[in-house]
Amino acid sequence: MTVEHHLVAEALSAGYHERIVVKELDLAIPAGRITAIVGANACGKSTLLRSLSRLLPPRSGQRLLDGRAIHRIPSRELSRMLGLLPQAPIAPEGITVAELVSRGRHPHHRLMSRWSPGDDAAVAEALEATHIAELADRPVDELSGGQRQRVWIALALAQQTDLLLLDEPTTFLDVCHQAEMLDLLADLNRKRGTTVVMVLHDLNLAARYSDCLVAMRAGQLYKMGSPDEILTVDTVRAVFGLESRIIPDPVSGKPIMLPIGRHHITTDGPAG
Amino acid sequence: MISPTIRHLAAGRSIRRRQRQVILALLAGVICLAFALSLMLGKSFVPSGAVLGVLRGENVPGMSFIVGQLRLPRALLAMLAGLCFGMGGAAFQILLRNPLASPDIIGINMGTSAAAVFAIVVPGLEGAMVSVCAVAAGMAIAMAIYALSFRQGVTGSRLSLIGIGVSAMLQSVIAWILSRAPAWDLQEAMRWLTGSVNGAGIDQIWPLLAALALFGTVLLAQARNLETLRMGDDLAVALGIRSNRTRFMVFGGAVGLMAIATSMTGPIAAVAFLSGSIAARITGNNGSLLLPAGLIGAGLVLVGDYAGQNLMPGRYPVGVETGALGAPYLIYLILRVNRGGDSL
Repeated sequence: MTVEHHLVAEALSAGYHERIVVKELDLAIPAGRITAIVGANACGKSTLLRSLSRLLPPRSGQRLLDGRAIHRIPSRELSRMLGLLPQAPIAPEGITVAELVSRGRHPHHRLMSRWSPGDDAAVAEALEATHIAELADRPVDELSGGQRQRVWIALALAQQTDLLLLDEPTTFLDVCHQAEMLDLLADLNRKRGTTVVMVLHDLNLAARYSDCLVAMRAGQLYKMGSPDEILTVDTVRAVFGLESRIIPDPVSGKPIMLPIGRHHITTDGPAG
Repeated sequence: MISPTIRHLAAGRSIRRRQRQVILALLAGVICLAFALSLMLGKSFVPSGAVLGVLRGENVPGMSFIVGQLRLPRALLAMLAGLCFGMGGAAFQILLRNPLASPDIIGINMGTSAAAVFAIVVPGLEGAMVSVCAVAAGMAIAMAIYALSFRQGVTGSRLSLIGIGVSAMLQSVIAWILSRAPAWDLQEAMRWLTGSVNGAGIDQIWPLLAALALFGTVLLAQARNLETLRMGDDLAVALGIRSNRTRFMVFGGAVGLMAIATSMTGPIAAVAFLSGSIAARITGNNGSLLLPAGLIGAGLVLVGDYAGQNLMPGRYPVGVETGALGAPYLIYLILRVNRGGDSL
């Protein structure tokens, strides 16, 4: 049922007010895969994600979805193909989990259209996938940070888009919930073929869970490829200005990065 | 096969829908009751049979004038103006995500009042011309506030702050005009500062009905988009809302309602500000607040005017009653918002 959508940025520049944050960036998001955008703070990760959707108009260059310029696609049609979970959504006071997740169905409704059984099915599926079906009647304000984050993910799932962009979906989550969240996205990708693009801070989780890493530096694409190609001592140095050591992850076989700071070093400095 | 979760969701939704219908019906019932009582009770009692007779167009000796010419236009004006104030106020509070950001606080009403006072005192206009000036200037000032706060879109906090600033400026303009006004204009000008339904005429009803039909429809059509916008601009855009367009439509609709209602009754204090908050408490955030807030506004003005006319020693304009209700609530809300930082 999933259609593979191709999301492409061509010489994309974007920013806020006078400041250009993303500079002339070319990027093709691999369809049907999980892509993580990584990079140092303020390198333009979130800005790139926002400008790949409709949230931030580009200064120059363009974003294409299946060859069509995104700003030419009617907003409702776009929001049935491309979902986005921003960093700080607001839960209206007193709203229940079921109601909030139901709002993910908004793009599938017209002005006067009524709620259909299909909508209920989509919301129920989203609640079950995120393991919050039993919280359906609880007010969102009363939930813990981890539960609340799952509610927002459920809202994005209820939207049923084939492309899902997430801005730091694991912030505010403890280690256990981080793994659970990323497992959920991996399930979604495998079962439905959903294309997932996310900004992640944790390089090791990014390497483990994604098929493709996009390393950004100073608003530009530094390098893009499989975790093995990207998570190297050289890239970490270039992107984060950090010395490190890379070893194979005994759990997943993907690379894992160990930072080398100035303290608590027992071996002799940086090495491959 | 239907999963238990789906059944649970469907059941929950139908319960909530019924709850909402019951609340709306109760509010409408209270308004009908208040409306009927304000036709029957007053300095003299008119039995229900006589009231119905007058409403049917019969000539009931001694009653036709009291009910048909005095009480009916007054009650209708109070109810319709209350609807406008309640809906417009709630629309602003939801749009700006702040219960303090109602149009009577952020300068939208003040523009209408200032224009009316100016029109009465300086060129010495009268009657309908004052109202026309007031509506036009009120909308123009609202649009100016909107334009001043536009920078890649309008945000709630910027709009509120600029509104408060403009409001302070307009207040000083009003004070200046009044200080130079001849005594015979003061009475008429004061009416535009407190808000009252005194001397209501049936011809004042039509502009309000037109405003509700036009701007009220615009607001209700945007109700669902407005609800989605409450979750923050980014998520709303991701859900297919054109956020700037929705904001503009809601702003325009609310300003239209406020300006026309203000031009008929003056700014009836605190109704716009109270209605949304009360509606949120009563409905518990079940669906859009616009309609319940409108009904509560209508009830507040109806009951407030009745109380001001009949329950107080002496007669007071309705704005005095609602203002007295609004002030303590404003203080309560400021304390609460400062503590919890919550919205409606």
